[in-house]
Amino acid sequence: MGPLVPDLIGNELNLIVAFFIGIAFGFVLEQAGFSTSKKLVGLFYGYDFTVLRVFFTAGVTAMIGVIALAHFGLLDINMIYINPTFLWSAIVGGLIMGLGFVLGGFCPGTSICAAAIGKIDAMVFIAGSLIGVLIFAEGYPMFEGLYKSANWGSPTIFNTLGMSQSLFAFLLVFVALAAFWITTAIENKVNGISNKGIKISRMYLGLTGIAVLIGLSAFVLPNRKEFLMNELSDSRFLSSHQTELMTSDELAFRIMDKDQKLQIIDLRNQKEFDSLSLPGSSHFALENLLDKDANNLLSLKNKINVFISNDGQTAKKGAALAKELGYSDIYVLEGGINQFKNDILSFKLPEVSNNGLYSDTYRFRDQASKVLPDLIKENKLKQGAGTKKQVKRVLGGC
Amino acid sequence: MDKTKYMNPYLAGFLLGMVLLATIYITGRGLGASGAVKSAVVASVETVAPAHTNGTKFYNEYTDEHPGNPLKNWLVFEIVGAIFGAFISGLISNRLKFAFEKPAGTKKNVRISGALAGGALFGFGAQLARGCTSGAALSGMAVLSTGGIITMIAIFGGAYAFAYFFRKLWI
Repeated sequence: MGPLVPDLIGNELNLIVAFFIGIAFGFVLEQAGFSTSKKLVGLFYGYDFTVLRVFFTAGVTAMIGVIALAHFGLLDINMIYINPTFLWSAIVGGLIMGLGFVLGGFCPGTSICAAAIGKIDAMVFIAGSLIGVLIFAEGYPMFEGLYKSANWGSPTIFNTLGMSQSLFAFLLVFVALAAFWITTAIENKVNGISNKGIKISRMYLGLTGIAVLIGLSAFVLPNRKEFLMNELSDSRFLSSHQTELMTSDELAFRIMDKDQKLQIIDLRNQKEFDSLSLPGSSHFALENLLDKDANNLLSLKNKINVFISNDGQTAKKGAALAKELGYSDIYVLEGGINQFKNDILSFKLPEVSNNGLYSDTYRFRDQASKVLPDLIKENKLKQGAGTKKQVKRVLGGC
Repeated sequence: MDKTKYMNPYLAGFLLGMVLLATIYITGRGLGASGAVKSAVVASVETVAPAHTNGTKFYNEYTDEHPGNPLKNWLVFEIVGAIFGAFISGLISNRLKFAFEKPAGTKKNVRISGALAGGALFGFGAQLARGCTSGAALSGMAVLSTGGIITMIAIFGGAYAFAYFFRKLWI
């Protein structure tokens, strides 16, 4: 599951990846004609809309790709970098860049590509951009207020506009196609070419056909998460994914034994988890079992994964889901945390026994009921020391 | 086929989109350019005037966010790659040539001042908006970031609004 950084690809390797991505980036920009300012500013004077075509096609392609990867459960959208929104600095900074664009004829990425093939005007632009950054850095206290005002966090545009992601994506594709059509007409008029529309070749039709098919399949098929969540409410699905049960006694023994293999996946709600959590347990909501965090935990080898919930029913669902996702060594705590409390935590030796002798089970439970509360308290202190779990997003941005 | 001809823009756009998608899938972040310029500036100032960087807020905040050598940065490696990539592209399409490009009717000094001032404005604006056409507009659009899309509209809207006043530079 993506992103591959930081779990599969470490920070050092990531830099090598950056280099190769850069090669592809620079190559495509140069091939597209972004290495000449005449072509770049053509967009603003109507004689060459190459930039708009390349830019919009690229943005739409990548957007659809991100949506599709997330839809099919291949990319954890919670981990990728979403550019933060600071309203005023985005608008003012953008306008300043727009002015820089028509004055300088480049933007930073394109100036670097143009300089790489020997354009001296681009090298002057780069020198200018170094000065621009320096001015910002040295005058930072003056601009800081604007820079940090109206912090909206990292919202997505469809949330800001209050529409669904699919609808926004559809609208954007439509706007892009309309823009391609209109700008071609403008370009022909400005350049005095009559009647030369977009040529529709067989290859375009084929590619468009594939894209439409993928798009339709995404609309028709529920996404993987929804599909699996539906399956869970089906009793046949649950009975076909029987999991082994673990008794309260075994779990208590493993906890007291500080078993390194033991991983407890607690599916109760956050409040219940906060008030009482067993040592070595991690809290997840059922639907979060599909996320990357859960994947990191459950895909560890040579572990024993015990799912717990209040009465064991939700834990059974979680365990079935984990099995469906291909994880192994899955157990369910029999009777859930409720029975665990009865059996172990609030265990009292019966007054009357056979000749004053208790069975091994009773003696174990008696001991466990004395030791475990301390372990739980100790664990709570450790957690309180500030290891609040949080999804770590990848750092990005310019 | 003519070797110096540019690629079909839709094909180029599709390929650029795939590069961006691969970047997001592999690294969880988008492409960028102005960040590398910033790293270069920070590294230069640190080398030339180390005492100055310690006492200045901008550099302190930068070091907090990016500990370590400012040049050991994802975007710096990406941009070094981009220089190679563009060079290779220019080589195979026969476009490698030292040349000062300007429209026929524009004086050389005017074009130099324009490029210098434009570069400075772009560098400054990209700092303020936390990204340029690559990092904020294009990558922001791919992940549907509100801020990225606002920046994109502001860049292109601004360029259109100002284009009329600088038309003598280009046409």
